[in-house]
Amino acid sequence: MSDNLIEIHDLSFAYGKRLVLKGIDLTARRGQVIAIMGISGGGKTTLLRLIGGSLKPTSGVLKVDGVDMSGLDRDALYQLRRRMGMLFQFGALFTDMSVFDNVAFPLREHTDLPEEMVRDLVLMKLNAVGLRGAHDLMPSELSGGMARRVALARAIALEPSLILYDEPFAGLDPISLGVTGNLIRRLTDTLGVTSIVVTHDIQESLRMVDYVYFVSEGVIAAQGTPDELRASTEPFVHQFVHGEENGPVPFHYPAPPYADELELAA
Amino acid sequence: MQRATLDLWVGIFVVAGIAAILFLALRVGNMGSFDSASTYTVKAEFDNIGGLKARAPIKSAGVVVGRVAEIGFDSAMYEATVTMKLDTRYKFPKDSSASIMTSGLLGEQYVALEAGGEEKMLSEGDTLKITQGAVVLENLIGQFLYNKSEEAPKAAEPK
Amino acid sequence: MNSLLDSLRGIGARVIDSIWRMGVATRFFLMTLLQSGQSFRRFHLVIREIYSAGVLSLIIILVSGLFVGMVLGLQGYETLQTYGSEEALGVLVSLSLVRELGPVVAALLFASRAGSAITAEIGLMKATEQLAAMEMMAVDPVARVVAPRFWGAVISMPILAALFSAMGILGGYLVGVVLIGVDEGAFWSQMQAAVDFREDILNGVLKSVVFGVAVTAIALFEGYDAPPTAEGVSRATTRTVVTSSLAILGLDFILTAFMFRGV
Repeated sequence: MSDNLIEIHDLSFAYGKRLVLKGIDLTARRGQVIAIMGISGGGKTTLLRLIGGSLKPTSGVLKVDGVDMSGLDRDALYQLRRRMGMLFQFGALFTDMSVFDNVAFPLREHTDLPEEMVRDLVLMKLNAVGLRGAHDLMPSELSGGMARRVALARAIALEPSLILYDEPFAGLDPISLGVTGNLIRRLTDTLGVTSIVVTHDIQESLRMVDYVYFVSEGVIAAQGTPDELRASTEPFVHQFVHGEENGPVPFHYPAPPYADELELAA
Repeated sequence: MQRATLDLWVGIFVVAGIAAILFLALRVGNMGSFDSASTYTVKAEFDNIGGLKARAPIKSAGVVVGRVAEIGFDSAMYEATVTMKLDTRYKFPKDSSASIMTSGLLGEQYVALEAGGEEKMLSEGDTLKITQGAVVLENLIGQFLYNKSEEAPKAAEPK
Repeated sequence: MNSLLDSLRGIGARVIDSIWRMGVATRFFLMTLLQSGQSFRRFHLVIREIYSAGVLSLIIILVSGLFVGMVLGLQGYETLQTYGSEEALGVLVSLSLVRELGPVVAALLFASRAGSAITAEIGLMKATEQLAAMEMMAVDPVARVVAPRFWGAVISMPILAALFSAMGILGGYLVGVVLIGVDEGAFWSQMQAAVDFREDILNGVLKSVVFGVAVTAIALFEGYDAPPTAEGVSRATTRTVVTSSLAILGLDFILTAFMFRGV
């Protein structure tokens, strides 16, 4: 068994003719939390979709748990996905089911476990995210942070070896944000899974992840451990880590000279 | 728990649907009254069938004893061929006569069977010999006017 | 000149686009049929959808049916009276309901009640990434979400149409016999003489099955194909009602031409 759960070499992806990712190299070891960061629209979510198999790479190698994703048919992909969990941006809980049924959903779909065992497993997973007491509630009764924790319980229901997080911190208050961050770290450590976190919340990420990849304009612009990045003098990383307005990523959208446009030149 | 009440509602729904179809079939439609019974086929030729249609009733003494199955045209005799399905419960003599009548002044047209006197009974595939076609209103009016106009000169003739 | 060319180009693009969509819709429909196995193995999924498509449409169907029948009774009586054949009221009410109004009006109501709900529900599930989440859990949304809804609605439609017709005939009976005083015996017996089980009632049921398939297929596709935004979903819901109403009326003409031409 290879130590690397995810191996990506020279991966490219294009929507039609527009190249979104150009030659990405990325590896994730078992038991690691990897953050994929970058500015909005930089291709982070696309990269996550590729790992999840929703998109097929245009060229390059993408291996998850030793399986080459580009050659998979639907059945094989679904087989592989049973070993993956994914947390969507706003949880994506099934709104017509209770919290309990949401977490039980993957168990009921993929196993023939008796109902008492499903119940025990669901309560166990809910307990792991601290929401055992909320199993009767409907998703509409949950706060944003709670919904995401329920979705996390659902993602780990089948005990996956890889969990993908799409913007897990977006729109959370500082307390929920800290709780979610700690939860990701703790679950990764206790379950021995690999976590890939797509986010642009730099401070929270640097606190809890093992390794960071910066994706910008389709390439890996920078990478390193949190300590390396904090100390980095590279302009892009520096701008990102410290949230500065001007730097390699300009504040202004490309435009003709201001004076020309206001017709002040005359 | 919740699933049980849901099942109950769906059950009520399906039962109500079946009841509605049964109501339509038995109370509204003619299922059960006739179509299921076994029939024998008899033919009759008419010079004019007027507005008779397939599925029109065949009545004897006012009781429905069968239905018109098919209406065709005999191109050799230039006559209409009416195929009738009669209920096997009702037997008619071989020399019975068929005529096309109208229920009410403007009502639907039907075939009236008048029993004859012969001892042999009609059986599958027989043809009725004595028929009376439909009375066409226009012909009737025309005839009436013709008679009147024949009468008129006589009445006008001075003595 | 240029604007003319542009508008021509625009029309051409829209035509190609709608043919394209038609192809996608057909593929989606076939996929739904292919993925229906699970719906029958786990029939409680379908039962749930019969509840939301059928049971929840009951009230509107029953009440509308009653009123349509009562109006038919009143109007029919007025017209038939001038020919002195009030007894044919039962025939008029039952034939119009069983052959046409039952299947058609019930399907129109179904499109706006259940069809729009299906589109909105699936569109929202898509917009909130519930369908994507299902796919990431290795559960096919077409098999788990779309197919049960399809069968639930297709099973509900003929039941609703039959209930509509039955209610309508009761409404006609209430107005014609109880209120106006048409002879009760003549009302029922003329009706029974004129309405044929196979020709009229079964053809009516067949019509409603066809309408059910059309409405549901349109509603499901519009929901599944809706842009994943609030605006996209609301537009798709409107389109479901418009498209399926047109489909019902168009199909009704074709089916009627086939079924009742000879009679």
